[in-house]
Amino acid sequence: MQKIIIVGNGMVGYKFCEKLAAHPNRAQFDILVFGEEARPAYDRVHLSDYFSLKSDQPLLLAPRAWYEENNIQLRTSEMISEINSTSKLVITHKGEAFHYDYLILATGSSPFIPPLEGVSKPGVFIYRTIEDLEAIEDYAIKMKAEGKFKAAVLGGGLLGLEAANATKELGMETHVIEFAPRLMPRQLDQSASDLLKSKIEELGIKVHLGKNSKQITGEDAMTGIEYVDGEKHSYDMLVISAGIKPRDELAVKAGLVTGARGGIEVNNKMQTSDPAIYAIGEVALYNKGIYGLVAPGYEMATVALDQITGGNKLMSPTIDMSTKLKLVGTEVASFGDPFIEGEEVTAIRYENKQKGVYKRINITKDGNRLLGGILVGDASDYNSLFQLYLNALKLPENAEDLILGARGGESASFGSALDLPDSAQICSCESVSKGAICDALKSGACTNLKEVVKTTKASSCCGGCKPMVVDLVNETLKSMGQEVKETVCEHFNYSRQELYDLIKMNKIAGFDEALDKYGNGHGCEICKPVMASIFASIFMETANRQVPIQDSNDRFLANIQRNGTYSVVPRVPGGEITPEKLVVLGEVAKKYDLYTKITGGQRIDLFGAQLHELPLIWNELIEAGFESGHAYGKSLRTVKSCVGSTWCRFGMHDSVSFAIRIEERYKGLRSPHKLKGGVSGCIRECAEARGKDFGIIAVEGGWNLYVCGNGGATPKHAVLLASQLDDETCIKYLDRFLMYYIRTAAPLMRTAPWLEKLDGGIAYLKQVVVEDSLGMGEELEREMEDLVSKYTCEWKEAIDNPEMMKRFKHFVNNDDSDDQLVFVPMRDQKMPKPW
Amino acid sequence: MEELLKNYQTVQVQEVLNWVAVGNTVDFPENGGGCIKYKSKQVAVYYFKRTDSWYACQNLCPHKMEMVLSRGMIGDSSGIPKVACPLHKKTFSLEDGSNLNGEEYRIATYPVKIEDGIVYIGFAD
Repeated sequence: MQKIIIVGNGMVGYKFCEKLAAHPNRAQFDILVFGEEARPAYDRVHLSDYFSLKSDQPLLLAPRAWYEENNIQLRTSEMISEINSTSKLVITHKGEAFHYDYLILATGSSPFIPPLEGVSKPGVFIYRTIEDLEAIEDYAIKMKAEGKFKAAVLGGGLLGLEAANATKELGMETHVIEFAPRLMPRQLDQSASDLLKSKIEELGIKVHLGKNSKQITGEDAMTGIEYVDGEKHSYDMLVISAGIKPRDELAVKAGLVTGARGGIEVNNKMQTSDPAIYAIGEVALYNKGIYGLVAPGYEMATVALDQITGGNKLMSPTIDMSTKLKLVGTEVASFGDPFIEGEEVTAIRYENKQKGVYKRINITKDGNRLLGGILVGDASDYNSLFQLYLNALKLPENAEDLILGARGGESASFGSALDLPDSAQICSCESVSKGAICDALKSGACTNLKEVVKTTKASSCCGGCKPMVVDLVNETLKSMGQEVKETVCEHFNYSRQELYDLIKMNKIAGFDEALDKYGNGHGCEICKPVMASIFASIFMETANRQVPIQDSNDRFLANIQRNGTYSVVPRVPGGEITPEKLVVLGEVAKKYDLYTKITGGQRIDLFGAQLHELPLIWNELIEAGFESGHAYGKSLRTVKSCVGSTWCRFGMHDSVSFAIRIEERYKGLRSPHKLKGGVSGCIRECAEARGKDFGIIAVEGGWNLYVCGNGGATPKHAVLLASQLDDETCIKYLDRFLMYYIRTAAPLMRTAPWLEKLDGGIAYLKQVVVEDSLGMGEELEREMEDLVSKYTCEWKEAIDNPEMMKRFKHFVNNDDSDDQLVFVPMRDQKMPKPW
Repeated sequence: MEELLKNYQTVQVQEVLNWVAVGNTVDFPENGGGCIKYKSKQVAVYYFKRTDSWYACQNLCPHKMEMVLSRGMIGDSSGIPKVACPLHKKTFSLEDGSNLNGEEYRIATYPVKIEDGIVYIGFAD
């Protein structure tokens, strides 16, 4: 049995363990890991997610139990302070000595701190570990309480921008200070940087380029920065993220060969000057370079492991520094040589400042090969470009089509992932080739996507290649003669559309019957809400009929909030409300001590209601003429309107009346995902109708109907379906459109992605809805009419039925309410005590 | 918060010192959950009608420390009965309390027995 000691439990150190744990020769080794941080290895790439996750658990690469299960001894919070390479010993900071046969140094790097006066003042932070993040958060909270909001980040590289995102998330006014004349100087050219700068500044982060800092000012704590040019700016805190410095101090002490500017020198086997000692990750100096990305680190881990276990894998002679990521909400990618210029090279650039997109590709003069490029604002072409570059594939005739899209004719990039050679690298983090993915299926080792990801690890790291892996798996399965189906979950081997048809045609009465006939097991939190939605869309049954299969919000007809209380949103059609009704909402909120806020959909949300209070509140609301707003359901939410021609001097038609009519028509309609609408009285579009699933805009001679837009994480403008419609035709088309969507969309798919997936896109949708090409227009209208006529307010239905009321009780065995709830005051109202 | 979690420790049938009657079977929803109170504990009780089986676990979701699990949807994952927290859909095995999304925290489970239409939960205190 040979002993491997790994110093460092970061991402690369963990990768080594993971590969070793799965290795056929695993049993020949005894493994001991030292990590100086308190936690097992976590995902540093997504560090700033820590604030939104509020927990380190999702970031952990593997829980502590994983190390135990794999018989890997993990000692966290322990530092190695010395290596005795003659007797092959490492000595911990507590003085304990451990023998090794192979030593892996995966000590990573620490932030580079520029030699400025004042860097040790309170208020100056680095950005590397979860502890750093916590310290930054604590200090930011303290500053904000004192009314101080200005945070500076020193460094406009990849990590600096991540850090800037973190301080922005903390509510600080963030300033990025970069020495170079552009952002991300290693990845971006000037135009790309300019564009990124303007995008980041739109989000409220200020960028100062070409600034050479002289010293950090302040007495008891840092209060500002003074620059070499004499300028002084005041800041309340500073995060330094100006590059990395390899953690090679152990190696230096042990006499291993290190580089003049840091890093442990390694050969292409990842061996240091002592053949029993290997260095991997950001501490390794390979080919005169230090590589601060995970992909090369993972490759190093793979090579070192292969060497130790008797293989002969060598590190690639050139390290690929291609990367795609989302920085402060902006997609940025850079691959190959992004800057290459010269007589043999042509650069093709495309810039659209209005859309905030910059693309550049560098190709050989003969137009045959792609050498590198940059994408900012829209990196959707990255995967195909990267494949073309990586595999040195021949480019299409008009290389510009690669970034401009084909303008007429055939698509320019390669059509299918199956056209790539087997050696093509699909997942560069885990270096998985196309061949490996296809073989996993063809050999019978895997039968679906999940198994392929688990076995090959493809797309398990950054996830950038996921769409290609999905395509490859589906295409390979198809080529093997297997049908590829998007089934709902393990309990139903059908797609949503198939279940919809089965239930409708066979008049299935409820979930239990469906499960008996078409499914297995008990069902789960995925298929139950899907089935509830299907039953509602076919029979217009309310959430009161099959309570156990409703998603948790529908079950209690309210929106659960983060402390387990609920919010109540009565319907306010078109956003029009009388003063009398407003007073009722105010009185109810006062009586039950509810936090009130105006929603984005022109209605009023009342927060903080306990389960047992919901019926009491609704009793009063129904008494005053309110109905459920279905804010809790995957159903029609609101139809937003501007005030329109009744008051507005620009208004062309009465948008409020039409919005009310439409909201009243589709209220209670359940669908694969939420539905939102809008009606604007003129092209000034104050109702923001084109950001909705359906938007209606008044024009000369009628209404223009737009469909399939949304706000949210991937905003999409709705596209024109038909123009200059009268009221009745507009509603007819809406009926057809909505019903067609409800029938055919996948679960939780909003109208925009549905349209994207629809073969033939908007042109096809126009044929179906406007030209009635499928001849089912009348059927769709009839189905909608049937649903509309069956509407009942489900809150009224619940209140009127004592049996239905039983569920609104916190305890089954007594009448107490939940005693664990704690609220704290905020701006004259209340909020749940923070986690 | 840690204190709150300590209040909930899994009880095995053989460790039960006290079978507490918490209601009639008909007081609990079919294929869903209800919450009961015992001393300072909140316990979620679920009835799986298809297999006529009962399960109980802490009402506290260990992910965000809120008393919500009884309001979650139930079902199974490869045959293991489970509950999905209504807040973030973290799922837990009702057999051994482990997290089924591969995360480290788990929940305490309690034995349930039915006698003469009465539901009893087994506690060790």
